[in-house]
Amino acid sequence: MATLLQQLASGLVLGALIALIALGYTMVYGIIQLINFAHGEVFMVSIFAAAATYKWFIPESWENTWQIALPCMLVGAVLVAVVLAVLMERFAYRPLRNAPRLAPLITALGVSQMLKEIVRLNYPDAKSAINVPRAFIDEPIIITVPGGTVVLQATSVLLIAVSIVGAVILQLYVSRSRMGRAMRATAQDPDTAKLMGVNPNRTIVFTFALGGLLAAVAGVLYGIHLNTVDTEVGFLYGIFAFTAAVLGGVGSIKGAVIGGFIIGVVKTLGGQLLPGGTGYDVVWVFILLILVLVFRPQGLFGEPERVRA
Amino acid sequence: MLTRIVRTNAEKGHHVRNQTVKAAVLVAGALLLAACGTNKTEGGSNGGGTGSNAPQACDTSKGTLVVGVIAPLSGNLSALGLGIRNSVDLAVEQANEKCVVPGYKLKMQAEDDQATPQVGAQAATRLSSNPNVVGVVGTLNSSVAQSVQPILKGKNILQVSPANTTPSLTRGDDFKNAPKRQFETYFRVCATDDLQGGFAANYLVGKAGKKNIAIITDGKTYGEGLAAEFRKEAEKEGAKIVATAKVGENDSDFSGAINSIKGANPDAIYYGGEYPQAGPLSKQAKDLGLNVPLMGGDGLKDDKFIELGAKDGDLATSVGAPVEDLDTAKAYLDAYKAKKFKDDYSAYGGFAYDAANVVVVSLGKALAGGEWSDAKRADLIKAVQGYSAQGATGDVKFDQYGDSTNKLLTVYKVQGGKWATETTGTFGG
Repeated sequence: MATLLQQLASGLVLGALIALIALGYTMVYGIIQLINFAHGEVFMVSIFAAAATYKWFIPESWENTWQIALPCMLVGAVLVAVVLAVLMERFAYRPLRNAPRLAPLITALGVSQMLKEIVRLNYPDAKSAINVPRAFIDEPIIITVPGGTVVLQATSVLLIAVSIVGAVILQLYVSRSRMGRAMRATAQDPDTAKLMGVNPNRTIVFTFALGGLLAAVAGVLYGIHLNTVDTEVGFLYGIFAFTAAVLGGVGSIKGAVIGGFIIGVVKTLGGQLLPGGTGYDVVWVFILLILVLVFRPQGLFGEPERVRA
Repeated sequence: MLTRIVRTNAEKGHHVRNQTVKAAVLVAGALLLAACGTNKTEGGSNGGGTGSNAPQACDTSKGTLVVGVIAPLSGNLSALGLGIRNSVDLAVEQANEKCVVPGYKLKMQAEDDQATPQVGAQAATRLSSNPNVVGVVGTLNSSVAQSVQPILKGKNILQVSPANTTPSLTRGDDFKNAPKRQFETYFRVCATDDLQGGFAANYLVGKAGKKNIAIITDGKTYGEGLAAEFRKEAEKEGAKIVATAKVGENDSDFSGAINSIKGANPDAIYYGGEYPQAGPLSKQAKDLGLNVPLMGGDGLKDDKFIELGAKDGDLATSVGAPVEDLDTAKAYLDAYKAKKFKDDYSAYGGFAYDAANVVVVSLGKALAGGEWSDAKRADLIKAVQGYSAQGATGDVKFDQYGDSTNKLLTVYKVQGGKWATETTGTFGG
């Protein structure tokens, strides 16, 4: 029982992280129908940015005060991630906006490889994993349950809370604000949106920036929770997040979050309960994805694809 | 370029020689007396010899022969490579002073492999095109050895590695069930990876008294091999493997694997894999309330393992031993220090010194005062196969596969955020 609850908790933490990244995928896809495979790399770069901020920009006397260190890391990571996402849109995707859909997809893969190699070759010691400081409450929360205890890191609680609150704010923003309305309008029909006075370029750049911001928040939380990063995490979590977005229905904010949590829980519980153990945990995630796509191709909360008028 | 660097170092040696020559030569004399039972022309009488050129007492009329070195002399493994190069340099100079190869002056030629197989292959090609290269000490990396072996074999050139630990280099891919000699030109003076698992079990079960052990592996050849050997020996010594789990080689969140073994209440974890995962794994296990020592092979024996989250009490085995802990290495260490090399002898210096002595002493024996020619290469290899002497790292002798019969290993422990030597020993079975 204790083990199951512990695995469930770990699954929710992983799910919260995947959900935050998946939001970036789903928003960008919603607005320009582009699977931005380089989004995972924005997440990866932001973790390195957070580590760099801690190492080189925070005075030593503050390094052990997480109340100062954590916001500083967040600012550093968000700045780098947003600038990166905007540059990516401007130079890699905008020139291809009217090209066949395959062209920006391949470009996204190229950008992803490029970012990975740039970090690997230029960040000191990034050729293997590097350390990221905890920069949060280090005391674990121990809950006694029948048959043992469940240990929760303070960072785990933070991750789940931020992920859910972040998604709710995003949902409200997209459905209530002026910019959110412009985003939805551009997603529905960019040409008509333009006629109504919406600037599609600005709206799209904003969407990328918002995705970058969420990836950076996820990056900082990942860093302080797991205390390690290497250049491969972007790809790994990018694939998980992309899967979460597809599972939940690409374009749907609610879908991305629920998809993320489903993947996290299936991965940890599958590794615990199903044959093959932790070596096969990822397999169950993708089997589930295939099953969902077979019976509900638009994902759990997605709308069936329509032919554009 | 590289030979120029080497020459410069030799010249430097020349300048400091006056102050240190007596100590160095005395030590060298004592060492060679002990190390080279086969060497007939004892060099003790050369105590007053001057200069790095062969002392007058030695006959060098037949020319110069070269002992090659292939090791990383630049890049992040260069500390290990430079220790190897300097130690070979030391052994070659001592051999010159002792007239180990009558009629010839010996010279070291070091080539940089940058820890990269392709660059190593180029270095091997360069050395093998010189007919005066009698043998090569190197490489550091097993991956580089793989590309160097066939090139040297092509010219029948002797290779003695101070540091390659991959078993297949000598015994082939199926080294456990059907060992088969791969290259009759290839020998190594260090032990191999496949002994680490068993040695770790000896320590963890026998010495540290852990009886309920969990095993986590990363699914790669190195890690799975280590873990399988560990399991066999641990169970033989009466420990119980209470749980097993697997992690992915690119994973960074290990909570799934940790939770799945936590319920079995292990008192230690053996990890088959490398430090980029092992460091965070150790930390996350502690975070999740499983605060037990984590042990692994030489893939963990790195400062980055500690930086990435290893805790005090974590353990790693490694092939060989820190030479400063070995009685047999005293003379070598004194001589190395007397030479005032710019770089430390580092982890493989002692092995490189022994490897170089294998080359030069066997050469003296194979030539037996005769002339060097390509035809003598086979005799040289035969002499190495029959070599037996006490070296800096203990007994130096080879089995039928070219492996060292000296299975020296060490357990290291993280203490106060640093690696400390826990125990050194040999593994029998």
